[in-house]
Parts: sequence; C-alpha cells; structure tokens
Amino acid sequence: MKILLMLSVVPDTTSKINFTDNDTRFDKTGIQFVINPHDEFGLTKAMQIKEKTGAELHVVHVGVQANESVIRKTLAIGADKAFRIDTDPQDSFYTAVQLAEFLKDKDYDLIIAGRESIDYNGGMVPGMVAAMTGMRFINAVIGLELNGTEAMVDREIEGGKETLQTTLPLIIGGQKGLVKEEELRIPNMRGIMMARKKPLEVLSPVDAPVVTEYLKFEKPPAKSAVKLVDKDNLDELIDLLHNEAKVI
Amino acid sequence: MSILIFAEHQNGKPNKTAKELASYAKALAEKTGGEVIALGFGLTSPEDLYAYGVNKVLNVDDQRFTTFNAKAYAEAFKQAAAQNGIKIILTGQTADGMYFTPLLAGMLKAAYVTQVISLPEQNDPFIIKRKAFSNKAIAHVALKTDIKILNIAKNSFGLQENPVEGVTETFKPEVADEVFEEIKSVKVEKATGKVPLSDAEIIVSAGRGLKGPENWGMIEELAEVLGAATACSKPVADMGWRPHSEHVGQTGKQVAPNLYIAIGISGAIQHLAGVNSSKNILVINIDPEAPFFKAADYGVVGDAFEVVPKLIEKLKEFKSAH
Repeated sequence: MKILLMLSVVPDTTSKINFTDNDTRFDKTGIQFVINPHDEFGLTKAMQIKEKTGAELHVVHVGVQANESVIRKTLAIGADKAFRIDTDPQDSFYTAVQLAEFLKDKDYDLIIAGRESIDYNGGMVPGMVAAMTGMRFINAVIGLELNGTEAMVDREIEGGKETLQTTLPLIIGGQKGLVKEEELRIPNMRGIMMARKKPLEVLSPVDAPVVTEYLKFEKPPAKSAVKLVDKDNLDELIDLLHNEAKVI
Repeated sequence: MSILIFAEHQNGKPNKTAKELASYAKALAEKTGGEVIALGFGLTSPEDLYAYGVNKVLNVDDQRFTTFNAKAYAEAFKQAAAQNGIKIILTGQTADGMYFTPLLAGMLKAAYVTQVISLPEQNDPFIIKRKAFSNKAIAHVALKTDIKILNIAKNSFGLQENPVEGVTETFKPEVADEVFEEIKSVKVEKATGKVPLSDAEIIVSAGRGLKGPENWGMIEELAEVLGAATACSKPVADMGWRPHSEHVGQTGKQVAPNLYIAIGISGAIQHLAGVNSSKNILVINIDPEAPFFKAADYGVVGDAFEVVPKLIEKLKEFKSAH
C-alpha cells in the first residue's frame, strides 16, 4: 500500500498577519511556517496506517525552497520520501494542476490532504485534484477505517456525521477528528537525524493558468470599543441586546 | 448572463442558506442582467424561493439524488449550467456545498472563490472580496475564467425578500448509476432536539473558566432560554469535557451567528479566528484583562457562576414579557 500526504505549509496559528508592497502581498517577515494544522491530523493518521500495514508514505508539497524545513519535519515524523514542486503557487487551481500532473505516473492507494489551509482557506485543492484525476474524493473527513481496499469514512455534516462506504484509491480532505489531538506526532531526535538522509526530490512545475488573482489585501474593520455592563445591572445588558443589537 | 444557485433544503423546504444565496444572486443579477435559476434535489416547496428573486427552479425528481452524492451533484450542476448558458454559479458554506463545489470547479476548469463576503466591486474584471488568513484579512480577488463559481460565506449577505413570478421545471441530469455506486452513504448520525451549531442564530460558548464538565448545566439552560446552540473552546474539547463537534476556532468550526456569547473563554487568537465573523459578541469573564474583551461588542466582568444564573433569570423574565 502507498499513501501520499499533500502537504500545505502555512504561517503558525499565532501569527500576526501583515501585508507588503502596497498591501498586495502577504508579508512573510518574522513569520514562522508550520505544517498546516489540518494536515497534521492526516499525517498522524497516515503514520498509524503505515505502522499497521507496512505502507509506504510519501509527501508532496507545491512551494518554495524555504518550505523544505517544514517538509523535513514530516520526514522526521516518519514519512519515507518527499517531493517538492518548485514554484510559488499563485492560486488553488494552479496548485491542483501541479498535483494532478504529479499523480499522472503514480499509483497511490490513499491520498490525504487537509480540508483547507489555514492561510488562504480556499478548501478546494483536494477536490479539484480529484476532479482532474478522476479519483474518488471525500471531504471534511473525521474518521477513516480501512479493511483491505474497503474504506469506511466519516465526514462531518451539519449537526452530526455521515458514514460513507467506498473503495481505494481515494483522496480525502482531512481535519481534526481524523485522529485524537493527543495522538498527534512530533519529531524526536532520532527521527530528525534520519530525516536528513531521506530523499527529498525537487520537481519542476508545469505550465498552468492562474484563474484567480489576488489584487489587494486589507485588515477587517476594527471593532469599536466594548460596551461594559456592570454585573449587577444585567437589565441594561438585556436592553442593549434587544434594542441595540436586536438579537433577542 | 444567468446565475445558478444550489438550493439546499430541509425536508423538502429550501433552507436559510438557499434563501441567502437567492438574495445574493438577485442583487447580482440586477447588476449583470439575466435570471436567477435555482437547482434543487427533491424540493417539495420550490415556490418558497420566488420570494427571494428566483425566476426558475430546476427540481431534480430522481430517487438516486435523494441522498447527497458529491460527484453526482457536481455532474448535475455541470449539465444545468451548460443547458442554461450559466456564467456564474453560487453555492453555500455548508458541508455539502464545500464538498461538491471543488469537484465542479475542477470539471469546468472554472475560477472558484470561497468565503465570499460581498457582491462584486465590478463585473469586468469580476472582483469580489473574501475572507482569508482565518478571518484576519480580507482579500480582493479577480476571477478570470468565463464561468465563475462563488461560495458565499454564511450570514455575510443576509436574507432580502424580492418577490418575482417564478416557475418550476423538472430537471433530469444524466448521471450513470456507477457514479452513485462509487461512494455510498451507509449511516447518518445527528444530534436530535438540539440547534445545530452551523445554523444557529445565537451560540452560547464556554471555556476553561467553567472549571469542569459538571458545570455545563447552566450553559445548556442559557442556550435553551435563547434557542441557541452550545459550543466550546479548544482546551475544553481536548480535555473531553465537551464533544469535539462543539469546538469552535481556527481548527474547529468557524461560525458567524448574530450573537456569540463567550463565557469563561480568554480569547486566544486561534479561538477568535473561528468566531470573529459573528455579528455581535458578548463576553462574560472574571478577568478584566481577558483579550476577548478587545474583540467583543458587549462585556460583563464577573464570575460566570454568579453572572450566568442571574442572566438566565433576567432572560426568562424578558421572554415572558415579550
């Protein structure tokens, strides 16, 4: 069995977001880049399957050389081999084309991505790759059980979950719930040493159109100051919620 | 240049997301010209959409589509778009909408933008605003393909009634049986009798300040009085005090209710990323320095164990008087 993690590299969740070049580009100055949190759940799930079945685990990332330290982290956690498609992707469609092209001569049984990246929050690359390759796809996955090539997959729906039955090969958009928070892996020293010797192959991108263009960024309008209500005067709070906010 | 929307429904009746998409589409159609067409699967009251500006409802009457199937729905949209000369497709920020739309975008090689919060600033080039960086920024994005697909952020546009004379037609997409066989739904589990977080107008959320899962009784009571859904912060879900499905924040659910009440939650940046699209935020916290107060509209500095029971009493009085 062969598993592929489609890795997204994003600013750390505590990052202050700023823009540069007249607010046309994200300012990477001082930003710590990490494995996309949704992908972390997928990576741990992939490791659990690998340990159970002896599967081989590869990682692919579409991005710049500076992200290689984050790719190495996935190798340190236990992935066997990584690929980096050497480009600074401008939109999700472009990224999906690169990944679909990469998959053309591969035979992965299970492809795991995150539901969305926490930077651009597009939530579309895994589904687009599925459409471009004709592979089966399930999104917002919070549970996955494999039995040979049979898969039982839980996806999150409004107010609950739906269990789906399918067969491999399969692409999933994973998220929290795929494994438990306390199961998430972090690299240990031995893993970090071994990762240095694991292959990280750099591939050239293919030509693809950029179909969405990011022209400008702005910060959301600042909130006006909070109206504090005395804890012994909750009638005032109810009045504000009723007459001002009009929510009750 | 007609616009096609996804008309999701609950027990056959178009839901709030469908009506919000119709409202958005109608406002857009007034700028771009053309009709608003809705595609639904087994609607029993498609006429409900005429009130929000839908000129034509395409209603799929085929048992195979009764249960959502992403690839089949994407195929149906592709065919409906081709047959009606559609250039703009709108879907909603729901589990099903977020699932099939990227498949559709991939099939059509169309520019697709999610988390859209505004009508286009201009039509040519077609530029919209969307949320990005987990609500920490707004991006202006141009869609550069002939067919454009937008996923509209929940509760960002609101409902606008705009009655038109509408018609409903039966629509029969041609989708092979094999497509339905690829991925099959075997079980759906939903919490009954509770307001789902995603649809809630009001959310009552609590954090570590509650000290233990045994203290959630008053949170549930407050939610019941308000007809609200309950939610929680990440640490609370991670400690197993509350189910993961209630976790709101950057890696949990992102919500945008009319009122978000945060009780005993300090307001870490990751939590705020999941809730700061809420129309109003009320923070109840014993610590006046809690960062959440900076993101709040209303605040009460006080002990939750004192404030919440009093608030429940006051709300009950208010509800019985109104």
